[in-house]
Amino acid sequence: MTAAVNEWAFIGVFMSVAWILPTLPLVVSWLFRPRRANAIKLQTYECGVETVGDTWVQFKVQYYIYGLVFLVFDVELVFLFPWALAYNQLSFFAFGAGLLFIFLLADALIYAWRKNALEWA
Amino acid sequence: MLELNASTLVFFIFAVLSIGGALGVVMSRNLIHGALFLIVSLFGGAGLFVLLAAPFMAAVQVLVYIGAIAILIIFAVMLTRSMTNMREVFNRQWWVSAIAAVILLAVLIVGVALPVWGPNGTQGDMVLSETTATIQDLGVALVDGNQFVLPFELASLLLTAAMVGAIVIARDNE
Amino acid sequence: MPEVCDNIISTLAPCLVQSGTNPDVAQFISILLGVALIASFPLLLVIFLIWVERKIAARVQDRLGPNRVGPFGLFQNIADALKLIIKEDITPAGADRLIFNVAPVIAMLSVILIWAVVPFTPYNIGADLDIGVLYFVAISSIGTLAIMMAGWSSNNKYALLGAFRVVAQLVSYEVPMVLALLVPVMLASSMSMQDMAFAQLGMWFIVLTPVSAFIFYVSNLAETGRAPFDLIEAESELVAGYNIEYSGMKFGLFMANEFMHAFTANLLFAVIFLGAWAGPGATSVPILGFAYLMIKTAIVYVPSLILRATVPRVRIDQMMAFNWKFLVPLAIVNVIVIAFVLKLVQVLGIAPSPENASDFVANIPQMVALLLGNAVILAAAFGLIRGTVRKERLTEAARLAKRVQIEGEKEALPATVATH
Repeated sequence: MTAAVNEWAFIGVFMSVAWILPTLPLVVSWLFRPRRANAIKLQTYECGVETVGDTWVQFKVQYYIYGLVFLVFDVELVFLFPWALAYNQLSFFAFGAGLLFIFLLADALIYAWRKNALEWA
Repeated sequence: MLELNASTLVFFIFAVLSIGGALGVVMSRNLIHGALFLIVSLFGGAGLFVLLAAPFMAAVQVLVYIGAIAILIIFAVMLTRSMTNMREVFNRQWWVSAIAAVILLAVLIVGVALPVWGPNGTQGDMVLSETTATIQDLGVALVDGNQFVLPFELASLLLTAAMVGAIVIARDNE
Repeated sequence: MPEVCDNIISTLAPCLVQSGTNPDVAQFISILLGVALIASFPLLLVIFLIWVERKIAARVQDRLGPNRVGPFGLFQNIADALKLIIKEDITPAGADRLIFNVAPVIAMLSVILIWAVVPFTPYNIGADLDIGVLYFVAISSIGTLAIMMAGWSSNNKYALLGAFRVVAQLVSYEVPMVLALLVPVMLASSMSMQDMAFAQLGMWFIVLTPVSAFIFYVSNLAETGRAPFDLIEAESELVAGYNIEYSGMKFGLFMANEFMHAFTANLLFAVIFLGAWAGPGATSVPILGFAYLMIKTAIVYVPSLILRATVPRVRIDQMMAFNWKFLVPLAIVNVIVIAFVLKLVQVLGIAPSPENASDFVANIPQMVALLLGNAVILAAAFGLIRGTVRKERLTEAARLAKRVQIEGEKEALPATVATH
């Protein structure tokens, strides 16, 4: 118990300290760098052409579908980790239950594939 | 009852992150900011799981909620063009949700406080379990015929169904 | 007490307690020192990594690479870093300032944090979490978020488009990566990285499950945005991708982060599939274990550098198709077959018992069975690929034949004499 607490204390300290390291060069740079901004310099970069319209345009639905397929897989995979971990202690039935779970996962993939949900275009 | 030690301090840090993030979600007018606040809130939740000696749940929280659902929310926001520039309050029924939220909070406070500090409460000293369940135990329980094998398979089926539904809806308008 | 205090790194806390410090404070100081050591190591390493990468790319392209600043141009990157520090830093108009500035820090943090669970030697590991594998997968997903923040806050269409593509790529390739990780977890019966290293004392996992190793390596290439999957900076179409508006040191952080991430991914490969610190004498002389780990990492890292300098970039649709229609099905089949074979090995009783798991000979029957399983998977996969490619070639040939026929009819007309 105390060992596990120590490990997580390490992670906690790591998380609170580690962000200082990437911030340090930013701070040093902030101290030394020149500041000669003007309106043209601050323009949005678009190869010298003035940008037209709003940046936050509507994106196509494909991104969302990939995100969704990923989410489904992610949730199922998380369930599979305890199964893989307890693998050596499982009876043949329990082992089959895990396999059935993976088959259902494969099923979802096949459906998405057949419906062309995995096409980029 | 509350002694000030490192674990209490860490608890308060995560509680503030969690509640502050949740407030940010509700208060911010920018949807992407809202999504980022949600991540802060979820991260606080993950920290609380670690404090409860449930590191697996913490990893799930970060992996699924921060790594997948938050990304999905941002994708969804970018999908709806008119939503990204919404800055003013456009919903006239905010007070309905405010009342609902207050009622829910009251119910939750009573629900949490009564078993602990109520007349028959445990006064917060009860040890929930002598043994700590490992992830291995979880894995065994999930596929054990006498325990959770049916919910386990149903969860898989549910996720498959969710994906089928989402694909049908998303592909519909082409 | 000299006999306690001789190894300052691993026994700092008891050493301090003996000299009269409060145990909690001693614990805290030793943790802090460990954190400082582990967190700053990748940042120092990255300067050397960029030099290695530039040198190797130069050799592949028959150039010299950096060779002016310092011996063999070793100090070139220090000079570059100094230059980046004194460069003007532009935050474009309309950018979301806070998110814009925080994004590079979070990106780098997501890589540094992974180093906390890497077992450097049998005795030295930052934090031996019992969910080590899930920890680094979860931490990597925070990096995805940083890219999204950078792209969104820049207020630039290229940046946003680039970020969206990258995020779609990263989340997609996370699926086969995690699926591939299930097999080592099964073999080691643990998610702790240190246990995984100990489980490989008998035989490295790359020998037992080459298919998993292959999937993990390829999806790592994509996760870290290396060629041929470097769509993160598709110069030809997106100018630079999500970090287009970044300049000065903030850009430097993103760039350094890319190299660091690539090395870290290969480090994880070395830990999970190449036995981490395992090697002759590693248990008695810890520093030797650390050297072995670095050598193993270099052995898998250098080919990825040569690959980067050699192969062209794939198109985004090809990359997505490769992931969802090849890697993910392969990974699923791999998990099913390996799980089945492992259970079979267990039932037949030829698996190495916990006592002789670190004995090479005891692992051989299991290895043979698993290799047979892997061979079946590979044969099936390549059979499928051949079938698909053949079908595509036939349709292409039919299309060409049809076109030739039409052209031929055109040529029959007297007026059109084409000479192409």
